[in-house]
Amino acid sequence: MKTLSEERTKLVFEKLCKYIGENLKLLLDRPDGKYCFREQKDRVYYVSESVLKLAGNVSADNLISVGTCVGKFTKSGKFHLHITALNYLAPYAQHKIWVKPAAEQQFLYGHNVLKSGLGRITENTEKHQGVVVFSMSDLPLGFGLAGRSTAECKHADPLAIVCLHQADIGEYIRSEDTLV
Amino acid sequence: MAETDQKDINVIRFTDNACKSIQVDKLLDLYLDLGTLLAIDTNDLNNKELQSRKDQYLKSLARDNTQILLNSIWELPTEKVENNIVAKLPKSKFILPREKPAPKPKPLTKWQTFAKEKGIKTTKKSRVTWDEVLNKWVPRYGYKKTKAEKEKDWIIEVPGNVDPYTDMFEKKSTIKQEKVAKNEFQRLRNIAKAKKTKVPSMGLPPTPKMTARQLNTAAQVANISTASLGKFQPKLKKEKTLSKSSVLNLKKRKLPAPTKDEEYNRNLKLADSLINKKPKLNLEKAVNREIFDQETSISERKKGGGNKQRKRRNNQNSKAGREFKKTTGKKRR
Repeated sequence: MKTLSEERTKLVFEKLCKYIGENLKLLLDRPDGKYCFREQKDRVYYVSESVLKLAGNVSADNLISVGTCVGKFTKSGKFHLHITALNYLAPYAQHKIWVKPAAEQQFLYGHNVLKSGLGRITENTEKHQGVVVFSMSDLPLGFGLAGRSTAECKHADPLAIVCLHQADIGEYIRSEDTLV
Repeated sequence: MAETDQKDINVIRFTDNACKSIQVDKLLDLYLDLGTLLAIDTNDLNNKELQSRKDQYLKSLARDNTQILLNSIWELPTEKVENNIVAKLPKSKFILPREKPAPKPKPLTKWQTFAKEKGIKTTKKSRVTWDEVLNKWVPRYGYKKTKAEKEKDWIIEVPGNVDPYTDMFEKKSTIKQEKVAKNEFQRLRNIAKAKKTKVPSMGLPPTPKMTARQLNTAAQVANISTASLGKFQPKLKKEKTLSKSSVLNLKKRKLPAPTKDEEYNRNLKLADSLINKKPKLNLEKAVNREIFDQETSISERKKGGGNKQRKRRNNQNSKAGREFKKTTGKKRR
Protein backbone atom coordinates (compact mmCIF):
# COMPACT_ATOMS: atom_id res chain seq x y z
CA MET A 1 0.00 0.00 0.00
CA LYS A 2 1.51 3.27 -1.08
CA THR A 3 0.30 6.75 -0.43
CA LEU A 4 -0.46 8.46 -3.69
CA SER A 5 2.12 10.93 -4.91
CA GLU A 6 1.00 14.51 -5.31
CA GLU A 7 0.72 14.26 -9.10
CA ARG A 8 -1.28 11.09 -8.92
CA THR A 9 -3.57 12.48 -6.24
CA LYS A 10 -4.23 15.42 -8.50
CA LEU A 11 -5.15 13.14 -11.39
CA VAL A 12 -7.54 11.18 -9.19
CA PHE A 13 -9.16 14.32 -7.78
CA GLU A 14 -9.54 15.90 -11.20
CA LYS A 15 -11.34 12.83 -12.43
CA LEU A 16 -13.61 12.67 -9.39
CA CYS A 17 -14.30 16.41 -9.68
CA LYS A 18 -15.76 15.83 -13.13
CA TYR A 19 -18.56 13.84 -11.56
CA ILE A 20 -19.05 15.17 -8.05
CA GLY A 21 -17.55 18.67 -8.22
CA GLU A 22 -17.42 20.40 -4.87
CA ASN A 23 -18.70 17.31 -3.10
CA LEU A 24 -15.18 15.92 -3.38
CA LYS A 25 -14.44 17.53 -0.04
CA LEU A 26 -17.20 15.46 1.53
CA LEU A 27 -15.28 12.32 0.58
CA LEU A 28 -12.21 13.55 2.43
CA ASP A 29 -13.98 15.18 5.36
CA ARG A 30 -16.26 12.53 6.70
CA PRO A 31 -17.99 12.47 10.05
CA ASP A 32 -17.38 8.72 10.45
CA GLY A 33 -13.59 8.74 10.72
CA LYS A 34 -10.88 9.63 8.29
CA TYR A 35 -10.70 8.17 4.83
CA CYS A 36 -7.78 8.21 2.48
CA PHE A 37 -6.66 7.09 -0.96
CA ARG A 38 -4.08 4.35 -1.29
CA GLU A 39 -2.32 2.82 -4.23
CA GLN A 40 -1.63 -0.87 -4.74
CA LYS A 41 -0.38 -2.28 -8.04
CA ASP A 42 -1.55 0.85 -9.90
CA ARG A 43 -5.05 0.55 -8.50
CA VAL A 44 -6.40 3.26 -6.25
CA TYR A 45 -8.41 2.33 -3.19
CA TYR A 46 -10.59 4.52 -1.01
CA VAL A 47 -10.10 3.19 2.51
CA SER A 48 -11.02 4.21 6.02
CA GLU A 49 -7.97 4.51 8.20
CA SER A 50 -9.20 1.93 10.68
CA VAL A 51 -9.42 -0.67 7.90
CA LEU A 52 -6.05 0.47 6.59
CA LYS A 53 -4.47 -0.31 9.93
CA LEU A 54 -5.83 -3.85 9.82
CA ALA A 55 -4.63 -4.24 6.23
CA GLY A 56 -1.11 -3.48 7.42
CA ASN A 57 -0.92 -7.07 8.66
CA VAL A 58 -1.11 -8.43 5.12
CA SER A 59 2.05 -8.23 3.03
CA ALA A 60 1.81 -6.14 -0.12
CA ASP A 61 2.33 -9.16 -2.37
CA ASN A 62 -0.60 -11.03 -0.92
CA LEU A 63 -3.00 -8.11 -0.67
CA ILE A 64 -5.61 -8.25 -3.41
CA SER A 65 -7.97 -5.48 -2.42
CA VAL A 66 -8.78 -3.25 0.53
CA GLY A 67 -11.59 -0.76 0.93
CA THR A 68 -13.24 0.34 -2.30
CA CYS A 69 -11.37 0.27 -5.59
CA VAL A 70 -11.93 3.66 -7.17
CA GLY A 71 -10.06 3.05 -10.38
CA LYS A 72 -6.68 2.38 -11.84
CA PHE A 73 -3.75 4.10 -13.47
CA THR A 74 -3.13 2.97 -17.00
CA LYS A 75 0.33 2.21 -18.32
CA SER A 76 0.40 5.63 -19.99
CA GLY A 77 -0.29 7.30 -16.63
CA LYS A 78 -3.94 8.21 -17.06
CA PHE A 79 -6.51 7.52 -14.38
CA HIS A 80 -9.61 5.47 -15.18
CA LEU A 81 -12.59 5.19 -12.86
CA HIS A 82 -14.00 1.73 -12.24
CA ILE A 83 -17.65 0.87 -11.76
CA THR A 84 -16.83 0.08 -8.12
CA ALA A 85 -16.51 3.84 -7.55
CA LEU A 86 -20.23 4.26 -8.31
CA ASN A 87 -21.15 3.87 -4.64
CA TYR A 88 -19.39 7.13 -3.91
CA LEU A 89 -20.22 8.95 -7.14
CA ALA A 90 -23.98 8.37 -7.14
CA PRO A 91 -24.97 10.13 -3.89
CA TYR A 92 -22.77 13.16 -4.61
CA ALA A 93 -23.31 13.42 -8.35
CA GLN A 94 -23.99 16.93 -9.59
CA HIS A 95 -25.17 16.06 -13.05
CA LYS A 96 -27.45 13.14 -13.62
CA ILE A 97 -29.18 11.42 -16.46
CA TRP A 98 -32.28 9.27 -15.99
CA VAL A 99 -32.79 6.51 -18.51
CA LYS A 100 -36.17 5.20 -19.68
CA PRO A 101 -36.87 1.59 -18.67
CA ALA A 102 -36.74 0.50 -22.32
CA ALA A 103 -33.18 1.81 -22.74
CA GLU A 104 -31.90 0.51 -19.41
CA GLN A 105 -30.85 -2.85 -20.79
CA GLN A 106 -28.97 -1.33 -23.72
CA PHE A 107 -26.97 0.79 -21.32
CA LEU A 108 -26.27 -2.15 -19.01
CA TYR A 109 -24.86 -4.07 -21.96
CA GLY A 110 -22.27 -1.37 -22.43
CA HIS A 111 -23.90 0.82 -25.10
CA ASN A 112 -24.23 4.59 -25.13
CA VAL A 113 -27.50 6.26 -24.15
CA LEU A 114 -29.35 7.64 -27.15
CA LYS A 115 -31.75 10.56 -27.16
CA SER A 116 -34.66 8.14 -27.55
CA GLY A 117 -33.73 6.49 -24.24
CA LEU A 118 -33.30 9.71 -22.31
CA GLY A 119 -35.86 10.15 -19.55
CA ARG A 120 -34.63 13.21 -17.72
CA ILE A 121 -31.44 15.25 -17.48
CA THR A 122 -30.10 17.75 -14.99
CA GLU A 123 -30.38 21.38 -16.06
CA ASN A 124 -27.26 23.15 -17.29
CA THR A 125 -25.32 19.99 -18.02
CA GLU A 126 -22.46 20.84 -20.31
CA LYS A 127 -21.13 18.84 -23.19
CA HIS A 128 -18.50 16.29 -22.09
CA GLN A 129 -19.46 16.77 -18.46
CA GLY A 130 -19.24 13.68 -16.29
CA VAL A 131 -22.73 12.38 -15.53
CA VAL A 132 -24.10 9.56 -13.43
CA VAL A 133 -26.77 7.45 -15.08
CA PHE A 134 -29.88 6.49 -13.10
CA SER A 135 -32.91 4.38 -13.90
CA MET A 136 -36.26 6.12 -13.63
CA SER A 137 -36.67 4.58 -10.18
CA ASP A 138 -33.46 6.38 -9.08
CA LEU A 139 -31.26 3.29 -9.10
CA PRO A 140 -27.70 4.20 -10.12
CA LEU A 141 -26.74 2.22 -13.22
CA GLY A 142 -23.37 3.63 -14.15
CA PHE A 143 -21.64 6.74 -15.35
CA GLY A 144 -20.37 8.36 -18.48
CA LEU A 145 -19.87 11.65 -20.28
CA ALA A 146 -22.62 13.89 -21.57
CA GLY A 147 -22.65 13.72 -25.35
CA ARG A 148 -24.88 16.78 -25.65
CA SER A 149 -25.57 19.69 -23.38
CA THR A 150 -29.06 19.93 -21.85
CA ALA A 151 -30.16 22.61 -24.29
CA GLU A 152 -28.84 20.71 -27.27
CA CYS A 153 -30.60 17.57 -26.10
CA LYS A 154 -34.00 19.10 -26.64
CA HIS A 155 -33.45 19.53 -30.33
CA ALA A 156 -31.28 16.50 -31.02
CA ASP A 157 -32.62 13.73 -33.23
CA PRO A 158 -33.64 10.52 -31.49
CA LEU A 159 -30.50 8.60 -32.51
CA ALA A 160 -28.07 11.21 -31.22
CA ILE A 161 -25.79 10.04 -28.39
CA VAL A 162 -26.73 11.76 -25.15
CA CYS A 163 -24.40 9.94 -22.82
CA LEU A 164 -21.11 8.30 -23.75
CA HIS A 165 -20.81 5.06 -21.83
CA GLN A 166 -17.90 4.69 -19.44
CA ALA A 167 -18.95 2.14 -16.85
CA ASP A 168 -22.13 0.34 -15.90
CA ILE A 169 -23.13 -2.17 -13.26
CA GLY A 170 -23.30 -4.88 -15.91
CA GLU A 171 -19.51 -4.91 -15.68
CA TYR A 172 -19.75 -6.72 -12.39
CA ILE A 173 -20.73 -9.73 -14.48
CA ARG A 174 -19.07 -8.95 -17.81
CA SER A 175 -15.58 -8.20 -16.53
CA GLU A 176 -15.69 -9.93 -13.21
CA ASP A 177 -12.10 -11.15 -13.29
CA THR A 178 -10.46 -7.92 -14.37
CA LEU A 179 -12.39 -5.62 -12.10
CA VAL A 180 -10.61 -6.16 -8.80
CA MET B 1 26.54 -41.39 62.02
CA ALA B 2 27.73 -40.00 58.77
CA GLU B 3 31.21 -41.43 59.17
CA THR B 4 29.97 -44.92 59.85
CA ASP B 5 27.67 -44.73 56.85
CA GLN B 6 30.49 -43.75 54.56
CA LYS B 7 32.65 -46.59 55.81
CA ASP B 8 29.85 -49.00 55.19
CA ILE B 9 29.45 -47.86 51.60
CA ASN B 10 33.19 -48.15 51.02
CA VAL B 11 33.19 -51.66 52.29
CA ILE B 12 30.29 -52.64 50.13
CA ARG B 13 31.83 -51.13 47.05
CA PHE B 14 35.11 -52.77 47.63
CA THR B 15 33.54 -56.16 48.00
CA ASP B 16 31.33 -55.54 44.94
CA ASN B 17 34.26 -54.71 42.70
CA ALA B 18 36.15 -57.68 43.89
CA CYS B 19 33.30 -60.00 42.98
CA LYS B 20 32.96 -58.83 39.41
CA SER B 21 34.66 -61.04 36.88
CA ILE B 22 36.35 -60.27 33.61
CA GLN B 23 34.10 -62.72 31.84
CA VAL B 24 30.88 -61.12 30.60
CA ASP B 25 28.17 -63.11 28.91
CA LYS B 26 25.95 -61.50 26.31
CA LEU B 27 23.13 -62.95 24.26
CA LEU B 28 24.27 -61.13 21.14
CA ASP B 29 27.88 -60.19 20.56
CA LEU B 30 28.71 -56.52 20.68
CA TYR B 31 29.71 -54.62 17.56
CA LEU B 32 33.28 -53.61 18.29
CA ASP B 33 35.39 -51.13 16.40
CA LEU B 34 38.74 -50.92 18.12
CA GLY B 35 40.06 -48.19 15.85
CA THR B 36 37.64 -45.70 17.38
CA LEU B 37 37.30 -47.61 20.71
CA LEU B 38 33.61 -48.06 19.96
CA ALA B 39 31.28 -50.77 21.27
CA ILE B 40 27.64 -50.94 20.30
CA ASP B 41 25.31 -53.11 22.37
CA THR B 42 22.34 -54.35 20.35
CA ASN B 43 20.88 -56.49 23.17
CA ASP B 44 17.47 -55.63 24.57
CA LEU B 45 17.38 -53.73 27.86
CA ASN B 46 15.83 -55.38 30.88
CA ASN B 47 12.67 -53.38 31.27
CA LYS B 48 11.88 -54.44 34.80
CA GLU B 49 15.25 -53.48 36.16
CA LEU B 50 15.31 -50.30 34.12
CA GLN B 51 12.15 -49.15 35.85
CA SER B 52 12.95 -50.30 39.40
CA ARG B 53 16.60 -49.17 39.71
CA LYS B 54 17.52 -47.25 36.64
CA ASP B 55 20.89 -45.77 37.62
CA GLN B 56 22.40 -48.90 39.00
CA TYR B 57 21.28 -51.00 36.07
CA LEU B 58 22.69 -48.62 33.49
CA LYS B 59 25.96 -48.30 35.36
CA SER B 60 26.42 -52.05 35.55
CA LEU B 61 25.54 -52.40 31.88
CA ALA B 62 28.14 -49.79 30.98
CA ARG B 63 30.75 -51.53 33.09
CA ASP B 64 30.07 -54.90 31.44
CA ASN B 65 30.28 -53.48 27.95
CA THR B 66 33.48 -51.59 28.76
CA GLN B 67 34.92 -54.83 30.10
CA ILE B 68 34.22 -56.55 26.80
CA LEU B 69 35.87 -53.69 24.92
CA LEU B 70 38.96 -53.83 27.12
CA ASN B 71 39.12 -57.62 26.83
CA SER B 72 39.27 -57.31 23.06
CA ILE B 73 42.01 -54.68 23.37
CA TRP B 74 44.07 -57.09 25.40
CA GLU B 75 43.77 -59.60 22.57
CA LEU B 76 45.65 -57.25 20.28
CA PRO B 77 49.42 -57.66 19.89
CA THR B 78 51.13 -55.57 22.55
CA GLU B 79 54.64 -54.30 23.02
CA LYS B 80 56.54 -52.62 25.80
CA VAL B 81 57.63 -49.04 25.35
CA GLU B 82 59.45 -47.45 28.32
CA ASN B 83 57.93 -49.91 30.80
CA ASN B 84 54.43 -49.32 29.48
CA ILE B 85 52.41 -51.89 27.66
CA VAL B 86 51.12 -50.45 24.40
CA ALA B 87 48.68 -51.98 22.00
CA LYS B 88 48.45 -50.75 18.44
CA LEU B 89 44.89 -50.08 17.44
CA PRO B 90 43.76 -51.24 13.99
CA LYS B 91 42.20 -48.90 11.43
CA SER B 92 38.64 -47.93 12.23
CA LYS B 93 35.82 -49.57 10.26
CA PHE B 94 33.01 -47.47 11.57
CA ILE B 95 31.99 -44.60 9.32
CA LEU B 96 31.18 -41.54 11.41
CA PRO B 97 28.41 -39.34 10.05
CA ARG B 98 29.75 -35.99 8.89
CA GLU B 99 29.42 -33.00 11.16
CA LYS B 100 28.90 -30.35 8.47
CA PRO B 101 26.30 -30.50 5.70
CA ALA B 102 27.45 -31.86 2.36
CA PRO B 103 29.08 -29.19 0.21
CA LYS B 104 26.92 -27.67 -2.51
CA PRO B 105 27.91 -28.31 -6.12
CA LYS B 106 30.04 -25.58 -7.64
CA PRO B 107 28.07 -23.08 -9.68
CA LEU B 108 28.59 -23.52 -13.40
CA THR B 109 30.64 -21.03 -15.34
CA LYS B 110 29.12 -19.00 -18.14
CA TRP B 111 30.52 -21.33 -20.79
CA GLN B 112 29.38 -24.43 -18.90
CA THR B 113 25.81 -23.18 -18.63
CA PHE B 114 25.84 -22.28 -22.32
CA ALA B 115 27.24 -25.69 -23.29
CA LYS B 116 24.66 -27.44 -21.14
CA GLU B 117 21.86 -25.44 -22.72
CA LYS B 118 23.04 -26.18 -26.24
CA GLY B 119 23.93 -29.79 -25.49
CA ILE B 120 27.59 -29.32 -26.39
CA LYS B 121 29.74 -32.15 -25.14
CA THR B 122 33.47 -31.76 -25.06
CA THR B 123 35.55 -34.79 -26.01
CA LYS B 124 38.69 -35.32 -24.04
CA LYS B 125 41.78 -34.21 -25.91
CA SER B 126 45.03 -36.08 -25.73
CA ARG B 127 47.67 -34.40 -23.60
CA VAL B 128 50.29 -34.43 -26.33
CA THR B 129 50.16 -33.84 -30.07
CA TRP B 130 52.56 -34.90 -32.83
CA ASP B 131 54.56 -31.98 -34.17
CA GLU B 132 55.47 -32.61 -37.79
CA VAL B 133 58.11 -29.90 -37.98
CA LEU B 134 60.01 -31.00 -34.90
CA ASN B 135 59.15 -34.68 -35.45
CA LYS B 136 58.30 -35.32 -31.82
CA TRP B 137 55.44 -35.39 -29.36
CA VAL B 138 54.72 -31.95 -27.90
CA PRO B 139 52.33 -31.32 -24.97
CA ARG B 140 49.40 -28.96 -25.53
CA TYR B 141 50.47 -26.56 -22.78
CA GLY B 142 53.16 -26.08 -20.22
CA TYR B 143 56.81 -25.18 -20.27
CA LYS B 144 57.64 -27.94 -22.75
CA LYS B 145 55.15 -26.49 -25.18
CA THR B 146 56.71 -23.01 -24.99
CA LYS B 147 60.13 -24.56 -25.41
CA ALA B 148 58.98 -26.39 -28.52
CA GLU B 149 57.36 -23.23 -29.81
CA LYS B 150 60.58 -21.31 -29.44
CA GLU B 151 62.45 -24.05 -31.23
CA LYS B 152 59.96 -24.09 -34.06
CA ASP B 153 59.38 -20.36 -34.49
CA TRP B 154 62.97 -19.17 -34.74
CA ILE B 155 61.80 -17.29 -37.82
CA ILE B 156 58.36 -15.88 -38.70
CA GLU B 157 57.39 -14.77 -42.15
CA VAL B 158 55.97 -11.25 -42.44
CA PRO B 159 52.75 -11.45 -44.46
CA GLY B 160 52.32 -9.22 -47.49
CA ASN B 161 49.51 -7.09 -46.10
CA VAL B 162 51.48 -6.01 -43.04
CA ASP B 163 54.08 -3.30 -42.66
CA PRO B 164 57.40 -5.09 -43.39
CA TYR B 165 59.10 -3.57 -40.36
CA THR B 166 56.67 -4.94 -37.76
CA ASP B 167 58.10 -7.18 -35.11
CA MET B 168 56.15 -10.38 -35.60
CA PHE B 169 57.47 -11.90 -32.38
CA GLU B 170 56.21 -8.96 -30.37
CA LYS B 171 52.90 -9.11 -32.16
CA LYS B 172 52.56 -12.75 -31.33
CA SER B 173 53.35 -12.21 -27.67
CA THR B 174 50.83 -9.35 -27.37
CA ILE B 175 48.11 -11.53 -28.87
CA LYS B 176 48.97 -14.20 -26.35
CA GLN B 177 48.95 -11.70 -23.49
CA GLU B 178 45.55 -10.41 -24.49
CA LYS B 179 44.18 -13.92 -24.60
CA VAL B 180 45.51 -14.57 -21.11
CA ALA B 181 44.06 -11.31 -19.84
CA LYS B 182 40.67 -12.08 -21.37
CA ASN B 183 40.67 -15.50 -19.80
CA GLU B 184 41.57 -14.01 -16.43
CA PHE B 185 38.77 -11.47 -16.75
CA GLN B 186 36.28 -14.20 -17.54
CA ARG B 187 37.53 -16.29 -14.63
CA LEU B 188 37.03 -13.39 -12.23
CA ARG B 189 33.63 -12.68 -13.71
CA ASN B 190 32.62 -16.29 -13.13
CA ILE B 191 33.74 -16.07 -9.51
CA ALA B 192 31.81 -12.84 -9.04
CA LYS B 193 28.75 -14.43 -10.61
CA ALA B 194 29.03 -17.48 -8.35
CA LYS B 195 29.31 -15.30 -5.26
CA LYS B 196 26.58 -12.98 -6.51
CA THR B 197 28.69 -9.87 -5.96
CA LYS B 198 28.14 -6.82 -8.08
CA VAL B 199 30.74 -6.07 -10.71
CA PRO B 200 31.11 -2.42 -11.66
CA SER B 201 29.72 -1.93 -15.12
CA MET B 202 31.90 1.08 -15.81
CA GLY B 203 35.54 1.25 -16.76
CA LEU B 204 37.55 -0.29 -19.50
CA PRO B 205 36.78 -3.87 -20.40
CA PRO B 206 39.70 -5.88 -21.79
CA THR B 207 38.77 -5.74 -25.43
CA PRO B 208 41.19 -4.92 -28.22
CA LYS B 209 38.88 -2.34 -29.81
CA MET B 210 36.52 -0.21 -27.75
CA THR B 211 33.37 1.38 -29.07
CA ALA B 212 32.81 5.11 -28.91
CA ARG B 213 30.30 4.58 -26.15
CA GLN B 214 32.69 2.58 -24.02
CA LEU B 215 35.38 5.22 -24.46
CA ASN B 216 32.88 7.90 -23.54
CA THR B 217 31.81 6.23 -20.32
CA ALA B 218 35.42 5.52 -19.43
CA ALA B 219 36.27 9.20 -19.92
CA GLN B 220 33.32 10.27 -17.84
CA VAL B 221 34.16 7.90 -15.04
CA ALA B 222 37.72 9.19 -15.09
CA ASN B 223 36.34 12.73 -14.93
CA ILE B 224 34.42 11.99 -11.78
CA SER B 225 37.15 9.93 -10.13
CA THR B 226 38.86 12.72 -8.22
CA ALA B 227 38.95 13.48 -4.53
CA SER B 228 36.28 16.14 -5.04
CA LEU B 229 34.16 13.85 -7.23
CA GLY B 230 34.87 15.89 -10.35
CA LYS B 231 33.60 19.15 -8.96
CA PHE B 232 36.53 21.21 -10.18
CA GLN B 233 37.13 19.42 -13.46
CA PRO B 234 37.01 21.57 -16.57
CA LYS B 235 34.00 20.89 -18.74
CA LEU B 236 33.07 21.45 -22.31
CA LYS B 237 29.99 23.43 -23.09
CA LYS B 238 27.86 20.66 -24.51
CA GLU B 239 29.48 17.85 -22.62
CA LYS B 240 27.13 15.40 -21.05
CA THR B 241 28.42 14.13 -17.74
CA LEU B 242 27.27 11.14 -15.78
CA SER B 243 25.42 11.69 -12.58
CA LYS B 244 27.47 10.87 -9.53
CA SER B 245 24.89 8.52 -8.21
CA SER B 246 25.08 6.29 -11.26
CA VAL B 247 28.86 5.98 -10.99
CA LEU B 248 28.96 5.49 -7.25
CA ASN B 249 25.98 3.15 -7.28
CA LEU B 250 24.06 5.45 -5.00
CA LYS B 251 20.34 5.15 -4.60
CA LYS B 252 18.18 8.08 -5.49
CA ARG B 253 16.90 9.67 -2.35
CA LYS B 254 13.18 10.01 -2.08
CA LEU B 255 11.07 12.18 0.11
CA PRO B 256 9.71 10.24 3.05
CA ALA B 257 6.08 9.18 2.80
CA PRO B 258 3.82 11.84 4.30
CA THR B 259 2.22 11.16 7.66
CA LYS B 260 -1.52 10.72 7.80
CA ASP B 261 -2.17 14.29 8.92
CA GLU B 262 0.18 15.70 6.31
CA GLU B 263 -1.47 13.64 3.64
CA TYR B 264 -4.93 14.71 4.78
CA ASN B 265 -4.00 18.39 4.72
CA ARG B 266 -2.34 18.05 1.37
CA ASN B 267 -5.39 16.36 -0.08
CA LEU B 268 -7.68 19.04 1.29
CA LYS B 269 -5.50 21.74 -0.21
CA LEU B 270 -5.46 19.97 -3.56
CA ALA B 271 -9.22 19.55 -3.53
CA ASP B 272 -9.66 23.22 -2.67
CA SER B 273 -7.42 24.34 -5.48
CA LEU B 274 -9.30 22.13 -7.93
CA ILE B 275 -12.73 23.27 -6.83
CA ASN B 276 -11.88 26.96 -6.72
CA LYS B 277 -10.27 26.97 -10.11
CA LYS B 278 -11.13 30.19 -11.86
CA PRO B 279 -13.65 29.23 -14.49
CA LYS B 280 -12.56 30.09 -17.95
CA LEU B 281 -15.07 31.96 -20.07
CA ASN B 282 -17.01 28.99 -21.30
CA LEU B 283 -18.53 30.15 -24.53
CA GLU B 284 -20.60 27.07 -24.99
CA LYS B 285 -22.03 27.28 -21.52
CA ALA B 286 -22.91 30.94 -22.00
CA VAL B 287 -24.60 30.21 -25.29
CA ASN B 288 -26.55 27.34 -23.81
CA ARG B 289 -27.76 29.52 -20.98
CA GLU B 290 -28.87 32.09 -23.52
CA ILE B 291 -30.83 29.52 -25.47
CA PHE B 292 -32.46 28.34 -22.27
CA ASP B 293 -33.49 31.87 -21.31
CA GLN B 294 -34.93 32.52 -24.72
CA GLU B 295 -36.93 29.40 -24.81
CA THR B 296 -38.44 29.97 -21.41
CA SER B 297 -39.39 33.50 -22.41
CA ILE B 298 -40.93 32.35 -25.67
CA SER B 299 -42.96 29.68 -23.93
CA GLU B 300 -44.14 32.23 -21.40
CA ARG B 301 -45.16 34.63 -24.13
CA LYS B 302 -47.06 31.89 -25.91
CA LYS B 303 -49.00 31.20 -22.76
CA GLY B 304 -50.10 34.81 -22.94
CA GLY B 305 -49.40 35.43 -19.29
CA GLY B 306 -47.00 37.96 -17.84
CA ASN B 307 -47.11 41.68 -17.29
CA LYS B 308 -45.54 44.65 -19.08
CA GLN B 309 -42.31 44.55 -17.18
CA ARG B 310 -41.62 41.03 -18.23
CA LYS B 311 -42.34 41.83 -21.87
CA ARG B 312 -39.82 44.63 -21.79
CA ARG B 313 -37.17 42.31 -20.43
CA ASN B 314 -38.01 39.74 -23.04
CA ASN B 315 -37.40 42.32 -25.75
CA GLN B 316 -33.96 42.97 -24.37
CA ASN B 317 -33.25 39.29 -24.37
CA SER B 318 -34.42 38.86 -27.93
CA LYS B 319 -31.62 41.07 -29.20
CA ALA B 320 -29.04 38.72 -27.84
CA GLY B 321 -31.11 35.88 -29.16
CA ARG B 322 -30.95 37.21 -32.69
CA GLU B 323 -27.20 37.38 -32.55
CA PHE B 324 -27.07 33.87 -31.35
CA LYS B 325 -29.34 32.67 -34.12
CA LYS B 326 -26.83 33.81 -36.66
CA THR B 327 -24.11 31.69 -35.16
CA THR B 328 -26.04 28.54 -34.47
CA GLY B 329 -28.48 28.77 -37.27
CA LYS B 330 -27.25 25.65 -38.99
CA LYS B 331 -27.80 23.47 -36.02
CA ARG B 332 -31.28 24.65 -35.46
CA ARG B 333 -32.36 23.80 -38.98
